Amino acid sequence: MDDYGTKNGNIPLIRLENIGMIYKIGDISYEVLKGINMTIEKGEFVSIMGASGSGKSTLMNILGCLDKPTSGSYFLEGRDVSGLTSDELAEIRNKKIGFVFQGFNLIQRLSILENVMLPLYYAGLHSKDSEKMALSSLKLVDLYDKGNKFPNQISGGEQQRVAIARAIVNDAPIIMADEPTGNLDSVRGADVMKFFKKINEEKGATIILVSHDKNVANYGRRLITVKDGIIISSDTIDAGV
Amino acid sequence: MKQNQVKFAFFLDLQSAYKTLLRNKIRSFLTILGIIIGVGSVIATISIGQGASKAIQNSINSLGSNMLIVLPGSSSLGGIKTGFGVLPTLTLNDTYAIRKLPAVKTDSGNLGMNQQVIWRGNNWSTFVVGANSTFTEIRDWPVAKGTFFTHQQVVSAANVAVIGNTAATELFGLINPIGHIVIIHNVPFTIIGLLSVKGFNAFGQDQDDTVVIPITTMLEKIAGTTWVHAIAVSAKTSKDTSLAQSEITALLRQRHHIPLHKPDDFFVRNLTELAATANSSANTFTILLASIAAVSLLVGGIGIMNIMLVSVTERTKEIGIRMAIGAKKSDILKQFLIESSVLSLFGGMLGIGLGFGISSAISAFSPLKTIVTTEPIIISLVFSLCVGIFFGFYPAFKASRMNPVEALRYE
Repeated sequence: MDDYGTKNGNIPLIRLENIGMIYKIGDISYEVLKGINMTIEKGEFVSIMGASGSGKSTLMNILGCLDKPTSGSYFLEGRDVSGLTSDELAEIRNKKIGFVFQGFNLIQRLSILENVMLPLYYAGLHSKDSEKMALSSLKLVDLYDKGNKFPNQISGGEQQRVAIARAIVNDAPIIMADEPTGNLDSVRGADVMKFFKKINEEKGATIILVSHDKNVANYGRRLITVKDGIIISSDTIDAGV
Repeated sequence: MKQNQVKFAFFLDLQSAYKTLLRNKIRSFLTILGIIIGVGSVIATISIGQGASKAIQNSINSLGSNMLIVLPGSSSLGGIKTGFGVLPTLTLNDTYAIRKLPAVKTDSGNLGMNQQVIWRGNNWSTFVVGANSTFTEIRDWPVAKGTFFTHQQVVSAANVAVIGNTAATELFGLINPIGHIVIIHNVPFTIIGLLSVKGFNAFGQDQDDTVVIPITTMLEKIAGTTWVHAIAVSAKTSKDTSLAQSEITALLRQRHHIPLHKPDDFFVRNLTELAATANSSANTFTILLASIAAVSLLVGGIGIMNIMLVSVTERTKEIGIRMAIGAKKSDILKQFLIESSVLSLFGGMLGIGLGFGISSAISAFSPLKTIVTTEPIIISLVFSLCVGIFFGFYPAFKASRMNPVEALRYE
């Protein structure tokens, strides 16, 4: 295990303590998050729901180590990451977190395979092994034979599956999905969700899904509802939905 | 293994930069146009400068190797100063004394004047030079046909002459001049040799338009004097020219009985120094031109900065994606620096091609033979790379400081 890892089962994967976030635009301050407390255990599939403006995107950015909270502490695998530098956060994002965004966010100029290899590149892996790892990731999302294509040559659903492959290529313990089906029709959306379920069940990755769509959120096993910057409910979702 | 990975990574970076730039071929080309023109003109001007410098050196060398010229001094009688060469102070005996100096290889007393040379119905006004038998050695100027006159012929003041190529053509046309008799100043001379072609000297004179006769014959039968216009001296090596100069000065002061407080009544001119001066002025000119050309390199660099800033803004989203999946500040910085470096280096290479083209065009269509050496090529490649890094740094820095959340939100 690396510097940040621990195998101690008693420590939760993610623990937020009284996280607050205040944005200042000019003289006006907006308190977007008002003391968030939550714990996510390894292997969970958590859906975060909330209307736009509820603070769920900000919460997602903090969970994904893209942004730092104004107050409170964020423990990732027991380590307080709320005060880290941007380069240290970049390393955590690289090793611990995989992102899947609403807009797919693939780099158009790079081939599918190169897109999937990119996190490995930033992890300092440039050997032939990284190509193998990328291919096995693509295999997991049933796109093994599309590696040489470019993002604009495949469908939106396929692009999102490429994004999933990119998110899991580093064996990151956490996959953050921000409205992953927002740009897809319901059939393709369901297809993509199937893969999240698959990597959660087969690879044991922790999935944190942000959505405002109840149907999508129901793929998770726990539903956290955010409203006006606070968590208003956290319920287990009945299996079989 | 680790080193292999580093190499591979660098190759990937280069490849990725290359691909990015190829996606915008016209824009990339316009961006590097400034660098192309800058490097091209630097290479071209330096090749012109080096060609000119070489031409100057050649023409000075054509005067003779390691050469010094001793001229009679100026007079300052009654407060009126005359130029060099008016005092009858140098004699043939000075010549023979100089020849014995340690740093001197050989020398030749010279007395030249324009004379009408007549052969049958033809006549031609040419520069008739009286010289010693050492003339060919000092001037590095062998005969093409026949022989040069010997020391014996100098001592006996023989009526023999060696003719330069231009004078020979004017008088004899296609006829072989050797063995024919020409009349100079009412004295008949037998042509015994034809000098090889020497060409023009640094002052634009046709050196081949000449007739060379023994100095004794010149003094006794044509000029009617006992003093020479000049003594051409050849030092043993090029390093000996300064030593020879001081030896000659000491010797002539002694021979001419000049007291310590009096100035020399002669003047020693070191042609090697003359060559150095001419060279340095050619170099100054080259540096001046190249600096002007280098300004366009600078302007080219600003063009690169401009386009890189646009490119960074355009690719804000991409920067956000890269940061989200783990790119550090240094990774982003590196990516854009490599891109601007590849741009400018590529511009530098095309510029070298352009410079070569201009310089060979000048060689082909003008009398100047330009010379392209490796130094300006290497210097301009390194310089264009530096331009790329320097002007690429600010845009790359700006990219690396982006906030990932905001960058991802950019559409």
